[in-house]
This record gives sequence, C-alpha cells and structure tokens, in this order.
Amino acid sequence: MSLVKMAAEREPPPFGDGDVEAEGDDLEFREAEGGEDLFVSTTSTLESSPSSPEPASLPAEDISVKSNGPKSDTLLDDDHEDLFAEATDEVSLDSPEREQILSPEPTPPITPVSPTLIAPRSEVKISHPMMFDRSKEELEEEANGDTFDIHVSVSDPEKVGDGMNAYMAYRVSTKTTLSMFNSKEFTVKRRFSDFLGLHSKLAAKYMHVGYIVPPAPEKSLVGMTKVKVGKEDPSSADFVEKRRASLERYLQRTIKHPTLLQDPDLRQFLESSELPRAVNTQALSGAGILRMVNKAADAVNKMTIKMNESDAWFEEKQQQFENLDQQLRKLHTSVDLLVCHRKELSANTAAFAKSAAMLGNSEDHTALSRALSQLAEVEEKIDQLHQEQACADFYLFAELLSDYVRLISSVKGVFDYRMKCWQKWQDAQATLQKKREADAKLQYANKPDKIQQAKEEIREWEARVQQGERDFEQISKTIRKEVGRFEKERVKDFKTVIIKYLESLVQTQQQLIKYWEAFLPEAKAIA
Amino acid sequence: MEDPPSRLLRHGVPWLSRDSGSLSRCCSHDGGSFRFEPIPGFFRWFLLFFFVTEHNQEGLDDGPDFLSEEDRGGLLMFVFLQSSLPNFKQDEFSVVRQHEEFVWLHDAFVENEEYAGYVIPPAPPKPDFDASRDKLQKLGEGEGSMTKEEFTKMKQELEAEYLAIFKKTVAMHEVFLCRVAAHPVLRNDLNFHIFLEYNQDLSIRGKNKKEKLEDFFKNMVKTADEVLVGGVKDVDDFFEHEKTFLLEYNSRIKDAAVKADKLTKSHKNVADDNSRISSSLHTLGTQDSTDLCKFFLKVSELFEKTRKIEARVSADEDLKLSDLLRYYLRESQAGKDLLYRRARSLVDYENANKLLDRSRAKNKDVLQAETNQQLCCQKFEKLSESAKQELIDFKTRRVAAFRKNLVELAELELKHSKGYLQLLQNCLVALKGDN
Repeated sequence: MSLVKMAAEREPPPFGDGDVEAEGDDLEFREAEGGEDLFVSTTSTLESSPSSPEPASLPAEDISVKSNGPKSDTLLDDDHEDLFAEATDEVSLDSPEREQILSPEPTPPITPVSPTLIAPRSEVKISHPMMFDRSKEELEEEANGDTFDIHVSVSDPEKVGDGMNAYMAYRVSTKTTLSMFNSKEFTVKRRFSDFLGLHSKLAAKYMHVGYIVPPAPEKSLVGMTKVKVGKEDPSSADFVEKRRASLERYLQRTIKHPTLLQDPDLRQFLESSELPRAVNTQALSGAGILRMVNKAADAVNKMTIKMNESDAWFEEKQQQFENLDQQLRKLHTSVDLLVCHRKELSANTAAFAKSAAMLGNSEDHTALSRALSQLAEVEEKIDQLHQEQACADFYLFAELLSDYVRLISSVKGVFDYRMKCWQKWQDAQATLQKKREADAKLQYANKPDKIQQAKEEIREWEARVQQGERDFEQISKTIRKEVGRFEKERVKDFKTVIIKYLESLVQTQQQLIKYWEAFLPEAKAIA
Repeated sequence: MEDPPSRLLRHGVPWLSRDSGSLSRCCSHDGGSFRFEPIPGFFRWFLLFFFVTEHNQEGLDDGPDFLSEEDRGGLLMFVFLQSSLPNFKQDEFSVVRQHEEFVWLHDAFVENEEYAGYVIPPAPPKPDFDASRDKLQKLGEGEGSMTKEEFTKMKQELEAEYLAIFKKTVAMHEVFLCRVAAHPVLRNDLNFHIFLEYNQDLSIRGKNKKEKLEDFFKNMVKTADEVLVGGVKDVDDFFEHEKTFLLEYNSRIKDAAVKADKLTKSHKNVADDNSRISSSLHTLGTQDSTDLCKFFLKVSELFEKTRKIEARVSADEDLKLSDLLRYYLRESQAGKDLLYRRARSLVDYENANKLLDRSRAKNKDVLQAETNQQLCCQKFEKLSESAKQELIDFKTRRVAAFRKNLVELAELELKHSKGYLQLLQNCLVALKGDN
C-alpha cells in the first residue's frame, strides 16, 4: 500500500538528525570521568590474580589465600539470604572465626558480563547510573575542605564460574594521596561476601564503643540465584547494577568515617590483592547461628533494661531518630510506588506509540497520516525519557532513603550498646555491693584467709566498677560526637542527592519541551 | 440567569453559568430563593449550557456532598438554547433532559429510513461517575484514619475529579446536539424539535427486558449480515476504498483509544504519587531537628505544585487525545453502519432485478416487480449519493478535528512542561541559595 511506503520513505526521522543527535548528547552528558561502560567486555583488562594456577601446581603452603576460588564444601554460598535477619548483623564475637580454605579445584573460567544482556533499545544508556554516581562531586567536596583525599569506586561486575557456585566479582578501584596506603592508585577484585566480611569486622570492632558503622547492602536470595543460573535477562542485569551501586555507596560512606578509614582491615580490603574468604557471613555457618542466637538474646535484654537516663540529650535523640525512621520508611514506600508507576507510564507510552503508528498507517489523508506517525515517534522518545527518569527516581531518591533507613538502625544499635554498657556498669556495682556485704559478714566470722580473698575480690570489683563508669562515659562521649557527625553527613547527603534528583527532573522537562516543539509545526501542517 | 427548577436544586450542586463563564455552586436554598457563589477556573460554553444534578426522588439529602448514594442512574441536563434556528417557536428556551432521552433521540434517527444515507451522529456515552462515587465512599469510611489535612486534600482532589468528569460529560452531550443542529437535514427533524422544546418529561421508558433481548438479537443478525454484505466487492471504486479503509481504521482507532486511556491513567498515578511524597516530605520537614527542615518543606511544596501540573497533563491528554480517539471511533462506527446500509440496499436492488427478470420470464406480476425494482433503484442511488457526500464530509471533519486537537495537545504539553521547568528551576535556585 502506498501509505506503508510513505512511512518507509520518511526515515531518517525529520526532527533534524534527531535520534542520532540525542544519543550523542546523552552519552556526552551522562558519562562521568573515565566513562566506564558497565557491560563492556573486560577480558583484556581482567586482572589475573597471581595465584590462579593449574590445579596440580598448588603449593602446599599456599592454603590461606585463595581469594576468588570456588568452594567445594557443603556450606551454602554466602549470597544466600540470612534466614533470620537483615544482612547487617552485629557480630559480638571478638574474633570471628575464619576457615582455612583448601581449594583443589581449578579456578573456573571467568565469563565477563556480556553485552548481550542489553536489549537492543539502548538499555545501556538507560540502566547506566554512572550519571548518578556521586563520586565526581565527592572528589570536589573533598578538595574543598574535608581533609580526606581518597576516592573509591566499584565497577565492572563479572560473573565467575558456573551454576550454583558462580558469583559476581566487582572491581574496587581506589585513588588516594593518603600516605598510609602503599600506592596512589590501585585496583582489586572483590565479591559480595568480601564486603559483608569487611562490614562484620568493622562492626565487631567499633560499634560496641559507640561508632556508627555504615551497614552493608542486603543479601538477596532470589536476585543472586537468577544471576547464577545464568539467566541473562534485563532483570538480572538490573539486579547486578543495583548491587554494584549499593556496594559503591557503602564503601564511600565507610571511607568518609575518619576512624574507620584508619582501620587496617579496611586498608587490607581496599589494597590487598588476596583476601581470605569471609565464610562466617554465611547464614548457616557456625558464626551465622551464633549471630542469630545473640540477636535473639539482645532483643530480650533490650526489653528488660530499664535505664535511668541522666542525660536528656540521649532520650531526645533516640526519639528523634525513631520519628525520622518512621517518616523515612513512609516516604520510601511512596517513592517506590512512584518508580513503579513511572515504569508503567513508560510501558504505556510505548504501547500508545505503536498504536498511533498503526493508526497513522491506516489514515488515508496524507498530511494527517504523516502527523500521526510523527506523534508516534515523539511518544516513543518520551517513553525513553520516562525510563531514564524512573532510573533517577530509583537510584537517586529511593536508594538514598533506603540507605538511610538502614543507617538509622545502625544508629539505634549504637544507642543500644550504650544501654548495655550502662547495664554492665550497674551489674558491676551490684556485684561490688554483694562482695562488700560478704566481706562484712566474714569480718564477724573471723576467717583470715577468706577475708584476704574477699578483700582482693572487692578491689577487683572496685576496679571493674570504675572501668564500667569510664566505659560508659566514653561511649556516651563517642556517641555524641558520632551523632553530630552523622547529622552533618545526613544534611549534606540529602541536600546533594535531592538537588541532583531535581536536576534530573529538569533534564526530563527540557527534553520534553524539545520534542513537543518539534512536533507542533508538524501538527499545524495538517491541511 | 434563569433560576433552575427548585425540585432539582440542592445545596452544593454545581451549576454552569454561561453568563459569568464560570462554574457556580448553589450554596443555599431557603424559601425558594437561590444564592450562587462562583467556583473559579472553568471556561465558557458557547451555544448551550447545562445544569446537572442527580435525580433523587427518595428524599432530599441536604448534606454538602454532591453525590448521593441512591442514584437512579439518570443525570439531568438542563438545555438552554439561544439560537436563531428557524422553525422554533421561541428564540430562547430551556428544557430538562436525561441521558436516556439523548439516546432515544439518537436511536430515533437510526431507525428512520429517511436518514439511511447519513452518518448518524453517535450518541454520547453514558455518564460514568462510578469511580468517583467509590472514592467518595472510601473517603467517608477512611475519615477517621487520616489527618485533617490529608482528608481535606483528598476531598479537594475528589471534587476536582468529579468536576472534570462532569465537564467532560456535558461536553459530549453538547457535541451530539451541535452535530445534529449543524446537519442540514437532521436539524429539521421533528423529534429533535420535540427534544428541544417540549417542556415536560418526554416519558420515554427505558427498554424492558424483552426489548433489550430483541436488540441483542438484532445486533447479532446485523453483524452476521455485515460480514456477508461486506464480503461482496463493490464495483464503485470510491465505496470499495471507503469500505477497506473504514474497517481497518475502525479497529486501529479502537486500539489507540484504549492505549491512550492507559497512558492518561498512568500520568494520573504519577501525579497522585507526587502528592503522597509531598505529604511525607512535609511531615519530615516539620519534625527534623537539623537544617533539613526548611529544605524538606521547600521540596514538599514543589512536589505539591508539580502534582497539579502532572494532573493537568493527564487531564489534557485525556481531553485532547483520548476523547478525540474515542469520538472518532464512534463516528467511524457510524460510517461503517452507513456503508452497511448502502450495501444492504444494493443487495436489495440486485434482488429486485432478479425478481423482475423472473417475473418477465414467467410473465406474472411484471408491473409490481417493475415498480419494486424502480423503488429499490431510487433508494439505492439516493443512498449512494448522500453516502458519498457524507463520507467526504466525515473525512473533512475528521482531519479538522485531529488537526485542532493535536495542535492543542502539543501546545498544552509545551505549556505544562515549561511551567514544570520553571517551578523546578525556581526551587533549585532557592535550595542552592540556602546553602
């Protein structure tokens, strides 16, 4: 039919060199420094770890440092969901168990995340959140006044291995001028459980003395299984991207903390090319079960501790954080809904575009037919805009909120530790009292050897009481400082991210205006 | 401004006034006199204006809400005409009509053999306030569980929604009457005059079950017949082309109308989300202990304003795109019906020819057959002639309507986007300035 031919003749689209130009603009604008494309094959840049040898040549002494090898044991893979809680457990053990890993199997072939993950309709651009990375701005901020000069990024997720033993390896790149590091720029490969391991070490060391340790991203059974099973579809690509972004934010928050930055474990995580596998993060490992038990015990204890709060500041702050938590959760739900609806809007716009194109084809009035086809094209472009906006909605706004919901539970955890510290102090005082009473009794009974022992015990417990009091004062002081720092960070974070989000909305509207301005004369041309 | 009949007026019922060009609300009626206060923000109607209320015989509800629970399903339209059309007894007059009476008028046209050669203006769709009614009910039930501000906000949104549907319904009925009035032949129809002038209730009863069943069967027969008749290739190029065109066009425009509807609903959802986000941000702003409180409040305000814009985008897309598509879906259906009637009459004509031939062969009832054949021939030719003109007019109207609506759509989208952009930029300046 002549109408169909007319449609074909109209390629390329009459909006100037609309499509091509737009694409070029976008890439230019959206790429941050480095322009790291997520899904480009990275076989050439793959770092081969020094100890990925043939199986036969495994040296006998080299048993403790097998970073990315698969495990042949029966423990569930670390990426399975912690059955009883969220990922960021406080490990109250002093030194988490570590299993030595013997890996007789060869390192499996590393398969880079292939570009075929992307649907042809330039999904790279759409799910490409490099534009949402805050790394560039942080570098600027750091230069402006903060004393930190370290910049971290997480990129290039790669699937390692096959089947249920497969996992994603992420590249962690650091640039720094701090002298405590061995070099100025370095890169390592880490997997998700490594991040969890780092978090659990930091939490174990610092939370019980009052430092707010940023929580690690959450585990996800479903998401990870899909990736393992090899389903290369957009949803598993989305999942990997979401995870990569959250791992990056996690590291960036952690290094911002002046005390944590000094920690040797963190340094090792960033620098060292080999890292012992953190299997204690697995749900059903010994450590995992211990964690669960402790958590339950904690919950019970919390209910029974009735603290005489001498300092109103703490009570006030706890209440504030409680309120903030509630409101942030509510807001997060609304924003989640927005993301969902925006995606629906995009899908419906695309469907309408196709329908309008069909209608244009049927229309037998030439000019009207043309205009309808152009309306279809406009709507198709608008669909892409909506998709990008949905990304911004999610990666900027929604993730900010969910990060802070989890951060606040960290804050609440720290307040709980203070309570426990107080309880310990009180318990020590009670014990001291009992020892004194026992001593007094012994005075009457006149047993010199027992009196000696009793006196010693009293001295011991007096020391403990003093220590308890000091600890309590210390943790209170630390918390005050930490909360101050946290609030400052929060203000900065929210302002920065929300402004960035509003700027994404500005972008969308500017594009919309361009599209409709181009369409208007076409509509007027219908004669 | 003429007082509407007292039995129809109740407190709070909207009343569209042509004079002030705005929507007024009846806010009291005591002892027979009515006071009206204008509701800002509506545009003028030109030829006709309507007064709409809910017809409820079961006792007057004097609460301030404008939707009553027991609705007989009949919205009343108050038709006020100021025209210089000939054949009317007065220059200005007004009547009250129900939706069913519009449908009756339409059906009367369709059933009239004289009008077989015209594209009958499609009947306005039944007014649908169900969604609003459900929401109002939910609002009433949920009153206890939300804050006063939330409740007021929701109530306002609901009112706005109701008024939008009301506006649309009125427009559709108006378009129908205007189309009839514009048609050189239909405007003189007796039923049309009765519709416009007869001051009492037309007392058309709704179709009872038996009649509805009859209708259903008639439709089935018609559809089957359409297929039969449609399969015959037409000698006349024009009509053959029109047939192919209308069939495809009709199904595609139906699809487009459905998709456009989904699109506008999505926009509305996004608008509603903005509203919720605004509320949450507001609460955050009022309780935050840091610098962020001012920040949150400003952003909350922004989202409230952008919600309004998104809602307008949705409403305008609905008006300029969805309504356009839906209307031309109905018109193209009417066009198809016309083609069908013509094809039917062609078949009748051919049958009459065959009958005549047989009569001549048998030499029996030849005169009767001849007259019959002549009648069929005349009918067919008359139909064809007017059908051709009507279909050409249809195309002209269609192109003009699409042009108008697409231009207006693009202009409105631009207007809204520019407004949105302005809001965002102002807010960003304010937020960055605070830092």
